[in-house]
Amino acid sequence: MEHEVLTDLFAKMLRIRRFEEEAARLYTEKKIGGFLHLYIGQEAVAVGTISVLKDTDYIMTGYRCHGHYLARGGSARAGMAELMGKETGCAKGRGGSMHFFDVERRFMGGWGIVGGQVPVAAGLAFAEKYKGEDNIAVCYLGDGAINIGAFHEGLALSALWGIPAVFIIENNQYAMGTPLERTASTDDLSIRALAYPMARETVDGHDIYAVRATMHAAAKRAREQQLPTLIEAKTYRYRGHSMADPGKYRTAADVDVWKSRDPIKVLGETMDAQGMKDLRMRIENEIEEEIQDAVRFAEDSPFPAPETAMDYTYV
Amino acid sequence: MSNAMLNDSSAQSAVREIQIRDALKEAMTEEMVRDERVFLVGEEVGHYNGAYKCSKGMLEQFGSKRVIDAPIAETGFAGIGIGAAMAGLRPIVEFMTFNFSLVAIDQILNTAAKSRLMSAGQIECPIVFRGAGGAAFQLGAQHANSFEHFYAYTPGLIVVAPATPYDMKGLLKSSIRNDNPVCFFESELTYGMRGPVPTEEYLVPIGKADIKREGTDVTLVTWSKNLFQTLDAAESLAKEGISAEVVDLRTLRPLDTETLFNSVAKTHRCVVVQEQHQIASYGAFLGHLITREIFDELDAPVGLVSTLEAPMPYSKALEVVILPSVERICQEVRAICG
Repeated sequence: MEHEVLTDLFAKMLRIRRFEEEAARLYTEKKIGGFLHLYIGQEAVAVGTISVLKDTDYIMTGYRCHGHYLARGGSARAGMAELMGKETGCAKGRGGSMHFFDVERRFMGGWGIVGGQVPVAAGLAFAEKYKGEDNIAVCYLGDGAINIGAFHEGLALSALWGIPAVFIIENNQYAMGTPLERTASTDDLSIRALAYPMARETVDGHDIYAVRATMHAAAKRAREQQLPTLIEAKTYRYRGHSMADPGKYRTAADVDVWKSRDPIKVLGETMDAQGMKDLRMRIENEIEEEIQDAVRFAEDSPFPAPETAMDYTYV
Repeated sequence: MSNAMLNDSSAQSAVREIQIRDALKEAMTEEMVRDERVFLVGEEVGHYNGAYKCSKGMLEQFGSKRVIDAPIAETGFAGIGIGAAMAGLRPIVEFMTFNFSLVAIDQILNTAAKSRLMSAGQIECPIVFRGAGGAAFQLGAQHANSFEHFYAYTPGLIVVAPATPYDMKGLLKSSIRNDNPVCFFESELTYGMRGPVPTEEYLVPIGKADIKREGTDVTLVTWSKNLFQTLDAAESLAKEGISAEVVDLRTLRPLDTETLFNSVAKTHRCVVVQEQHQIASYGAFLGHLITREIFDELDAPVGLVSTLEAPMPYSKALEVVILPSVERICQEVRAICG
């Protein structure tokens, strides 16, 4: 991999990691309310897949949305301000942790009803095909979403109508506190693609090179042939389902298996091995500054004015 | 059904008598000619020409890119419509009936209605969900639901429930042009009803009620196909010496409180006629609103005629008991005018 690409991927993943570590800290200080679902551990999936997309492709995801937002280039300042419910947030404090938006970058949101985003993301891709554009839509969902009707209907119609979308199951092994073996009859989740049918891929979500290659092929299939793909990325979240979840349904050793091949650690070591240790440290410092600046910005930002509570309901 | 709709005050000079299904087709066709972003998707809308023939000939005219037959997967095609709207198209999603919208209600209430607020205005969702609502003849319990109030409950949605061919066409065109998600209610029973519709293009504004009959003693408030039995009741009451004014709300959200309150302030009495069950219904809300806002104008409690509190039985002998009727409207009016 070229040095430039390597450092870019490393920086983007680290940016998400540090953003969320700070968010977790602020949550315990009660500066962030509601639910806070952290993406820590899964960064290679969002960064790897989004790194091969065009700027005009659409992205939509579920409630664990910070990583995709940041991977798309969303502002850390606006993200942190959103978590604190501030007017300067990426949804002006109306969305919150589960509902980040950056429509200018075609990041079409974090959505909170499990699987509900699947047909909607298909609709984004449908529209691009209708308009004669060669843009695609990428839809992220968790392993917890694969049994709900919206998932199946979205995929069935995408196959039927030749919709240029890529659906990515981020299999982090747990639907909240329930392990996969109690929610699915097989640990091969992309096999469900055969029913519609559509192309399918399974990829190690901790291997960012493999993630990129898989996504590149799926995006090409969507863009050039108007055919959807279902990808299962096997990954792991190091934290609980949300900040309210201590994760007692698994052992520290379970988590350590995945942490030992942490994609940020692996890319950092690769940089060092390729003589880019100074660059790595500079990137780490820059990201640290960016995140601390984002926290200060969010804390200093105003809350939405009370008289704006009814805004954005109707045109 | 009565001929009372011929009294439509909005009818203009160059008119024909057409069926509601054709009024709806004209509305969709004109808007699709006008705007390439508009398309129709739903079960049987294309090759079958629509379950109730509301889209007859449209597949032939516009092709399968813009008149799209969907499999039976309401969550799927409603969701795809919503996504397409977010990406700049203007979909018309037909539910064969709103009974089937319940399996897509998460998409309508949680995605379409809330996308603007959740994104602080970054996302627009200009989409129309349309189809038949309410009871028809002996469809049984699962195909006779009246669900306007489910949708009217939700901020972010517009809810339109017209009755006459004129209003159907004018309001559907306005709904397609509106930048908010719109739920548009029709009725199986009235698709074949004829009424005057101008040949020249016109729009009926969303959020504007219409006085379909003037009167002085009591205001009858209704919407959708219950307008016709309400007008029949007004005719019957006139013979008893009770002069009833009939307000056709046409839009439930946003509500035209001005027309409603002005009428009640004139007659000092009000009866709401609805096909919903009474408990937690739109009519119950109207009773609260009128009592809260113009209490001093009222000479009697606000009356309410609703579907009785039971699922719809199949037998025609029972269906007529459950549903609002001209006689029950007259009884309620007499009770508050006594």
